[in-house]
Amino acid sequence: MNDKVYRSLLLVAACVVPIVCGGVIYALVTDASAAFAHFGFFQFMASEAWDYTQGHEQYGALPFITGTLMTTFLALLFCIPFSLPVALFVGEYFKGTAVATVLSTVIDLLAGIPSIIYGLWGFYTLRPLIMSLNISPQGSGILTASLVLAIMIVPYASSLSAEFIKMVPSDLKEGAYSLGATRFEMIRAVVFPVAGSGIFSSYVLAIGRALGETMTVTMLIGNTNQIPDSITATGNSMASIIANQFGEADGLRLSSLVAIGLILFLLTALINLVGKMMIKRARIV
Amino acid sequence: MNKMFRLSALLMVLATLLASCGGNKEGLRPSQALSGAGATFPLPFYNVVFEQFATINGDEVAYGGNGSGGGVRNLKDQIVDFAGSDAFLSDKEMAEMPPVVHIPTCMGAVVLAYNLQGVGQLNLSGDVVADIFAGNIKTWNDPRITALNPKAKLPAEKIIPVFRSDGSGTTFVFTDYLTKVSPMWGKQYGAGKSVNFPVGQAAKGNPGVAGVVAKTANTIGYIGSEYAFAQKIPYATLKNAAGEFVEPNAASISAAAAGEIPADTRTSITNSSAKGAYPISTFTWMIIYKEQNYAKRTKDQALATLDLVQYVLSEKAQAITAQVHYAPLPTKAVEQSIKNLKTVTFDGQPLLK
Repeated sequence: MNDKVYRSLLLVAACVVPIVCGGVIYALVTDASAAFAHFGFFQFMASEAWDYTQGHEQYGALPFITGTLMTTFLALLFCIPFSLPVALFVGEYFKGTAVATVLSTVIDLLAGIPSIIYGLWGFYTLRPLIMSLNISPQGSGILTASLVLAIMIVPYASSLSAEFIKMVPSDLKEGAYSLGATRFEMIRAVVFPVAGSGIFSSYVLAIGRALGETMTVTMLIGNTNQIPDSITATGNSMASIIANQFGEADGLRLSSLVAIGLILFLLTALINLVGKMMIKRARIV
Repeated sequence: MNKMFRLSALLMVLATLLASCGGNKEGLRPSQALSGAGATFPLPFYNVVFEQFATINGDEVAYGGNGSGGGVRNLKDQIVDFAGSDAFLSDKEMAEMPPVVHIPTCMGAVVLAYNLQGVGQLNLSGDVVADIFAGNIKTWNDPRITALNPKAKLPAEKIIPVFRSDGSGTTFVFTDYLTKVSPMWGKQYGAGKSVNFPVGQAAKGNPGVAGVVAKTANTIGYIGSEYAFAQKIPYATLKNAAGEFVEPNAASISAAAAGEIPADTRTSITNSSAKGAYPISTFTWMIIYKEQNYAKRTKDQALATLDLVQYVLSEKAQAITAQVHYAPLPTKAVEQSIKNLKTVTFDGQPLLK
């Protein structure tokens, strides 16, 4: 009897999550359909118009897709020089020592800081710095947002990478040493090829995190609706345009914002799926 | 177990006491929980007024500042008792929903905040502001700006306009003014809660724009007066339709409503021709349904809604406006609104005599 109750309880709990997820997709698709029907799916993706003027409303997702991709990949680029050394430090050079434990705990703490705090730090500290270095007159822009995003995704990239680096079998490493390799050569010839797909997957998951980041980006990106023409220019990401304009939007504009949300959802899901598949492959090796 | 029971009994007694405290004091009608949503611009004013209103008959008012558009959407969905909006509904919007009544509640303005080192006073005119935000005037020492400010030392720096990234009644009032004073603006950008500003950068909400302006040299941004007054941000003096340079303050804002007010109070008072009027002034409205019996609302709830609106129009509430950096309504607007409230019905019967 008890067993049956538990079983059904578990079943209900297990069903709720997929149902909610399905509901989210359903709601996104139904609300976005007006925009896709009006502009056409591919035209919507490729159009850079974002015109609110009543009578000739025109909405397109291209500036925001560009903004999201630019901030995300710049953040990834900036994050590698920090996260990879940390991963090697924790997973190889100082594996199992107290220093490594402290370092990885501190890095993990970074993941727990609310994004608004990063945003405030970027706004009050990094932005004036960028202005005083004459990089851009207004300080906010793609570059500023990417720099802060990079710091935010370091823990996601480094802690998972470190796990994969730790998992490299020691007989392989000892083999390299016995052939006369230095530690650096061993890392290049053994650790990276063996843990490579695992490390790659951890960066893919970090990208997934950067794609959807809203608060920090909204505070730092400058929130203009044009395609950014340089990395110091202002722009808008998919998440930030929704956060900015959802409150007052209705009709076609609301539907266009939901459509952008749907595109972001699909993009994030795809990236996460790729990351998960890479992890699976890494485990088999 | 016994202890638990006693504790919960105590809690229940407390709860009953609390509930009776919140109950009606004058015995007119049971106290109601009202809800409204919309413009963030009058939020500080509403917070104070609603708190005072709650002490009269225990009616609690919850107001969600989700933007003028959000408030109107909530009213359309019939999930609130009233909407707050900085922009009156257009004829098209009115046609999409049952008849509504607009009630102006207080007045405010949009001010032009700037960040220029060593410039204590800045004079601007409507066409110059339009050309700055359109990107036609690019530097601070442009001859058209120096002509208005012969004494000020304006730098040869690029102007960075700052605007709202979110849809906003503030943007509507500002661009409505620009449309009136600049044919170029009207043709290329127009008026709306969101407008495609071609240059500069955007930030979310008044605090966002104010923050960027305060922290970035050579910027100019438009901000709701209530926020600028409270934060003591430097703002420009603006040339009005009568040709005077006017600083925004309670008197110059109220002066903008000196002209005729239409019966439904749906009017834009930007670029007012009245003497001493600050040109980017505006009403902010509460919008309620003319027929109050909707979405299973009770008559008591409808009466409470009207009590609330009447209280906001009362002298006592209007006197608060200045304390929270708004301007009071002119008497004409109050009288007209009381007249309009008499048309509000429940099941077709007027609620007020």
